[in-house]
Amino acid sequence: RPHNLTINLYLTSSTATRAKMSAPAAVRVIGAFDSPFSHRAEVALRLKGVPYELILEELHNKSELLLTSNPVHKKVPVLLHGDRAVCESLIIVEYVDETFDGPRLLPSDPYDRAMARFWARFIDDKCSKPFWLAMWTDGEAQKGFMKEIKENFALLEAQLEGKRFFGGDTIGLVDIAACGFAHWLTVCEEVSGVTLVTAKEFPRLCRWAKEYASDEKVRACLPDRAQMLAHFTANKEMFMAMAKSMLPK
Amino acid sequence: TACTTQTQTQIDRDPKQPGAMAGEKGLVLLDFWVSPFGQRVRIALAEKGLPYEYAEEDLMAGKSDRLLRANPVHKKIPVLLHDGRPVNESLIILQYLEDAFPDAPALLPSDPYARAQARFWADYVDKKVYDCGSRLWKLKGEPQAQARAEMLDILKTLDGALGDKPFFGGDKFGFVDAAFAPFTAWFHSYERYGEFSLPEVAPKIAAWAKRCGERESVAKSLYSPDKVYDFIGLLKKKYGIE
Repeated sequence: RPHNLTINLYLTSSTATRAKMSAPAAVRVIGAFDSPFSHRAEVALRLKGVPYELILEELHNKSELLLTSNPVHKKVPVLLHGDRAVCESLIIVEYVDETFDGPRLLPSDPYDRAMARFWARFIDDKCSKPFWLAMWTDGEAQKGFMKEIKENFALLEAQLEGKRFFGGDTIGLVDIAACGFAHWLTVCEEVSGVTLVTAKEFPRLCRWAKEYASDEKVRACLPDRAQMLAHFTANKEMFMAMAKSMLPK
Repeated sequence: TACTTQTQTQIDRDPKQPGAMAGEKGLVLLDFWVSPFGQRVRIALAEKGLPYEYAEEDLMAGKSDRLLRANPVHKKIPVLLHDGRPVNESLIILQYLEDAFPDAPALLPSDPYARAQARFWADYVDKKVYDCGSRLWKLKGEPQAQARAEMLDILKTLDGALGDKPFFGGDKFGFVDAAFAPFTAWFHSYERYGEFSLPEVAPKIAAWAKRCGERESVAKSLYSPDKVYDFIGLLKKKYGIE
C-alpha cells in the first residue's frame, strides 16, 4: 500500500444467487491512506468479493474528482459505482450490502438490524471524539475524556459477550464501524503515550481487535502499521494543537 | 400542561401497564410533544397506517424510570417499543419500521442507490439542522452571525437537493421528507432569530414546507410555529439565556 488497482470487473456469478446489478460497472473508492472511514468502504467491498480501484487522496490537496463527487462534505470515502457517487462510510457499507451478493454485512432480522445501526452510530457519535481527545489532550480535560471513552468502551465490551464479532460469527456493520479501535488505537496509544485499552480492563475488545485485524480480507486494506506509526509521530504536534482547538472555550 | 397528544390513534395511556394499550401492532412511542425527532416517528407511523400508543415523557420535569430503562445509553426520546423491545434514534426507528412492517407503505425507495441518497440527505438534516438552529437562538454577536450564515448555507443546500421535485422522495412523500418535515414548524423561529426570510433564501423548501403541512400525517403530528417559538422561549429561561 498505497496501491492502485485497475481490475476488469466481473459479477460474482452463481446460479443460486440473483445478480443485483443488471450490468457490470466500474467500482472505485476515493479514500485516504490512514483513514479508518476510508477502510470501512474498502473492507465492505472486499468482504463481498467486489474488485475496485482505489484512488488515494492527499487531504490537504483535494482532487477535482473528490470535490465533484462529494460536493456537500468534500470528504473521503466516496464510493463511485458506474456514474453513482455514494458518500458517508456507514451509508456506503449499507449500499454495498444491498447492491452486491456475498455474505451479509447487516443481519436479516429487523430488530437486529436496528441494533447494528444503533451501535454503528454510537461508535461514530459517542466514541470518535472522546477517543481522539483522550489521546491528544492533557491535564484535567484529558482525564474527563478518558473517563468518557472508557465508559463507552465498557458498553461495547458488553456487546461482545459470547460473540466472536459484534456481528456474531462473521464480520458485520458494527465491526466495520469499530475498525479504528482494532488497528488505529494501538498506534495512537504508542505515539501519544496514553494507554486506553488493556486486556485486563477490556478483554473482549482486545480479543476482538486481534480477530478483526487478522482477518484476511480486512488485512488487505488496513494501512501498513509502520507507515502509520511514522505518519502519526510526524503529526503528533498537529494532532495535539487540533485537539486543543476542539475543547470548549 | 401545554401538551395535548395529536396522534391519529387516541388511546388512553395506563401508567401502571406501559404497552398494555399498545394496539394490535404492539407499538408504544415514548416521546416529547414538541420534539422534531419524535415527530418524525409519529409522521412515519401515520404514513404507514400503523396504530400505536403515544406515551408523553415530560422532559422539562426530568427523565422517567421508564425512559431510562428503555434508552439507558442516550436517555433520550423518541424510543419505539415493539412488543416491549426498545428501538432508539429516530432515523433508526424509521428504518426499523421499513424492515419490520414490509407490507405497510414504504418511505424508502427500493433501489439501493436511491436508498443511499435518501439516507445521505436524512443524515445531513440530522447532522446540521437542529444543532445550527439551536445556536441561532442560544448565542449572540459573532457566534450567532456564524450560526446564521451556516443556517442559510444549510437551507440553500437542501433547496438544491430538493430541486424541482415535489418531495425529496420524488413524487411520493418519503424518508427524507419525514426526517425534515418536523423542522418546518421551527422555520418561523429560525427566521426570527436569524433575521431572514425562508422564501427568499430557499424558495423551494418554503413551498415544500407548505406541501408537507397539507398532509394529514404531518398536520396531525406538528405543533404551530408560534407554539414552537414559545417553547424556545421556555428553553432559554431554563438555560438562563437572555
